Amino acid sequence: MNALAASVSRTAISRRGFIITSSAAFGGLSLGFHIPFGQAAAQSGGMPEINAWVVVKPDDTVVIRIARSEMGQGTLTGLAQLVAEELDCDWSKVTTEYPTPGQNLARNRAWGNFSTGGSRGIRESHDYVRKGGGAARIMLVQAAAQQWNVPASECRAEKSVITHVPSGRKVTYGQVAEAAAKIAPPTDVPLKDPKDWTIAGKPLKRLDTADKLTGKQVYGIDLQLPGMLNAAIRDCPVFGGKVKSFNAASIASRPGVKKVVQVGDSAVAVIADTWWRAKSALDALEIEWDEGPNANVSSASIAEMLKEGLDAREAAVGNRQGDVEMALKSAARTITATYSYPYQNHATMEPMNATAKWTPERCEVWTPTQNGEAALAAAAEAAGLPATQCEVYKIHLGGGFGRRGAVHDWVRQAVLIAKEMPGTPVKLIWSREEDMLHGRYHPVTQCKLTAALDDKGELTGLHMRISGQSILAGIFPQNIRNGLDPVVFQGLNAGGAEAAIGYTIPNLLIDHAMRNPPVPPGFWRGVNLNHNTIYLECFLDEVAHATGKDPLELRRKLMANHPKHLAVLNAVAEKVGWDKPAPQGIYRGLAQCMGFGSYVAACAEVSVAPDGKLKIHRIVAATDPGHAVNPQQIEAQVEGSFVYGLTAALYGECTVANGRIEQENFDTYPMMRIDEMPKVETVIVPSGGFWGGVGEPTIAVAAPAVLNAIFAATGKRIRDLPLKKHDLRQA
Amino acid sequence: MPKLNVNGVIREFEAEEDTPLLWVLREQLQLTGTKYGCGIAQCGACTVHVDGQPMRSCVMPVSAFTEDQKIVTIEGLSPDGSHPVQKAWLALDVPQCGYCQTGMIMAAAALLQQNPKPSDADIDAEITNICRCGTYNRVRAAIHEAAGNGAANGSGRRT
Repeated sequence: MNALAASVSRTAISRRGFIITSSAAFGGLSLGFHIPFGQAAAQSGGMPEINAWVVVKPDDTVVIRIARSEMGQGTLTGLAQLVAEELDCDWSKVTTEYPTPGQNLARNRAWGNFSTGGSRGIRESHDYVRKGGGAARIMLVQAAAQQWNVPASECRAEKSVITHVPSGRKVTYGQVAEAAAKIAPPTDVPLKDPKDWTIAGKPLKRLDTADKLTGKQVYGIDLQLPGMLNAAIRDCPVFGGKVKSFNAASIASRPGVKKVVQVGDSAVAVIADTWWRAKSALDALEIEWDEGPNANVSSASIAEMLKEGLDAREAAVGNRQGDVEMALKSAARTITATYSYPYQNHATMEPMNATAKWTPERCEVWTPTQNGEAALAAAAEAAGLPATQCEVYKIHLGGGFGRRGAVHDWVRQAVLIAKEMPGTPVKLIWSREEDMLHGRYHPVTQCKLTAALDDKGELTGLHMRISGQSILAGIFPQNIRNGLDPVVFQGLNAGGAEAAIGYTIPNLLIDHAMRNPPVPPGFWRGVNLNHNTIYLECFLDEVAHATGKDPLELRRKLMANHPKHLAVLNAVAEKVGWDKPAPQGIYRGLAQCMGFGSYVAACAEVSVAPDGKLKIHRIVAATDPGHAVNPQQIEAQVEGSFVYGLTAALYGECTVANGRIEQENFDTYPMMRIDEMPKVETVIVPSGGFWGGVGEPTIAVAAPAVLNAIFAATGKRIRDLPLKKHDLRQA
Repeated sequence: MPKLNVNGVIREFEAEEDTPLLWVLREQLQLTGTKYGCGIAQCGACTVHVDGQPMRSCVMPVSAFTEDQKIVTIEGLSPDGSHPVQKAWLALDVPQCGYCQTGMIMAAAALLQQNPKPSDADIDAEITNICRCGTYNRVRAAIHEAAGNGAANGSGRRT
């Protein structure tokens, strides 16, 4: 396993690198950053490390180091393509490995940020990983030139072979790697024009498929270590509650049980030889809880709390243009609607898990994580040890979707449990029920939208009041400025490269009344872009119908100053054939947005049977991520994002009663399956000049496109999800 | 000691009678390709074949099986990943995170065993496994590919 191998070779590669502190040299990087490719070589067992990103073995195998986590989104392959492109190596000889967070720490963050969320994997590291590949190529060519005693400018690299052009002499990367590793890294690494790419930008196969087909792929839950024990845990199901008492002796004699321990002040774990025995014993254990201050919280009380915020005087302003109050006062007509969005669980297929081994001197953790560095910090804190005496080995993730990124509650638990068994590795696995009850939920918000229309039915003003939960308040409160959580306004910003609104409305006010119920929020694939795109795109559809306008034409008019937003919407309209009628019985709905740096749009085609049964026949989507690193993986991500977004729209709701989540498994928290999957047609229109994300943006357009199509089909306007609550039978 | 016939080998194991087959496979026999997803037979990540029939092993107590029943897990589907379903999965780059895919492959292999040329409706009815990454269209395309159905109806693509 890579992670284990990496731990063995740690001492071999933890040498200090060449450091550059000028951010100017790196354009896009805003931090003083240690030059990631300027690493003096280390050598171990005939495996020269050209720099932090590239190892070339004597047999020409190229090992590309990947700092971000692969969780299905294809980032591992995409990042390898970017490095390989600039390295000019033979793609068929590429393998990958993860450096560990401890190695990153020891090498002054040579690999930069490990965080893999916000569709950032490629868009925030493309520059330095490509430079890493380019620097390695320059060093390999230089080594060959020195060997031949010729100018490097007379040499050319292609597919891991360096040719001295005048003489035709050839040498492979593997043959000069050892010498290249000793060459001073270049200070100037020009990057290729993307139009000249031959590896990046191509629909290459993923590098990580084969083992997923045979059961060989090891996920965190599969990890086996010598002498390992297993643990099952139950945290107080009521948020904020604590353990009052439990009788450990009552289960101590059950088969395989080694120890029953309290974990922090809110959980109890059973450690046993196998997980099934640990879980069975835990199921038999009676735990008395102090349910704490939230024991009476319910979905209804939360909804009331948010409803109050819809008309509250105090609100943080995210986007203000003109004077909405005046526009509403002078409007010939106003339209108002209120929407709401429920709690949802990430429900990764692989439940949370971590294996930890603790001694008074050292703590090691093996876990699937979207952010190895954050996992290391969580482990160190729980271990009571400095981070330099801890290590995290990233194990393959069975899904992430944001659950395994910002908060590492399960790592903390695993370390606390392992501390009870010094020197023995203990694997903690959450049951599905534990996973459902202790999520970091896609937060609840409500939104009241009021449109001002003039006597011609033109939109002159829009007030969008969001009331509800702030993820940052729950996770990174230090990032809230003057009471404003910028994440709440995803897709609604006045401008910027991340998530700008695509409409020009002369009088616009988008504000947020923060209301934080005691259910822990988290970053859930798509984050607040999901809520906001439903609110805005469905409401504009309402305005279009109320004023007798075509939903596409209404948008186009408001989007004249937003050419990138408009281009993807137009691409969708053209592909779906908006100007021609849909087939008999099929109805269409549109949505568009910008998020995570990309511009996306979708058109859904649905039918609703007389008995109310919804069928989503087709979704045509378009995305402009600036650069398309692997088009076939972008298609896979768009399709996958629609499953995530449509599952949420059709079924996703975690309700709260007596301070706890009511849905404990997939029987009450259903998932979309293959029979409900629409045909998806994806148009990729990379316009260049910027780098946008792929994994998340298109989720946000799935639900509003379908909801708008349902309205077209039935005249029913769904303003609160999930759809399973609604009767779509035609009245 | 109780025994199971797994992937053509008689294996002895020690576990309580009510231990689900899934956990005996994973913890006693170290066959971790069969996954835990829900424990209530909802998601299909734990799908194995028992005498050729797809079965969700997370809810079946191990005591319900005898060594006369042939259990096949993903590790035993083919010696080297060469089962037509595995080949089709590779050709169409189906998996994303991959966690559900071993169960999905076992379900697909069982379907094709019983119905070598499944229609889309057959696939809808028989493939009920949950995939959170959303590989469904490629799963559909790969089943058609494995069946030799030619151009598939789903939007998965050959790469």
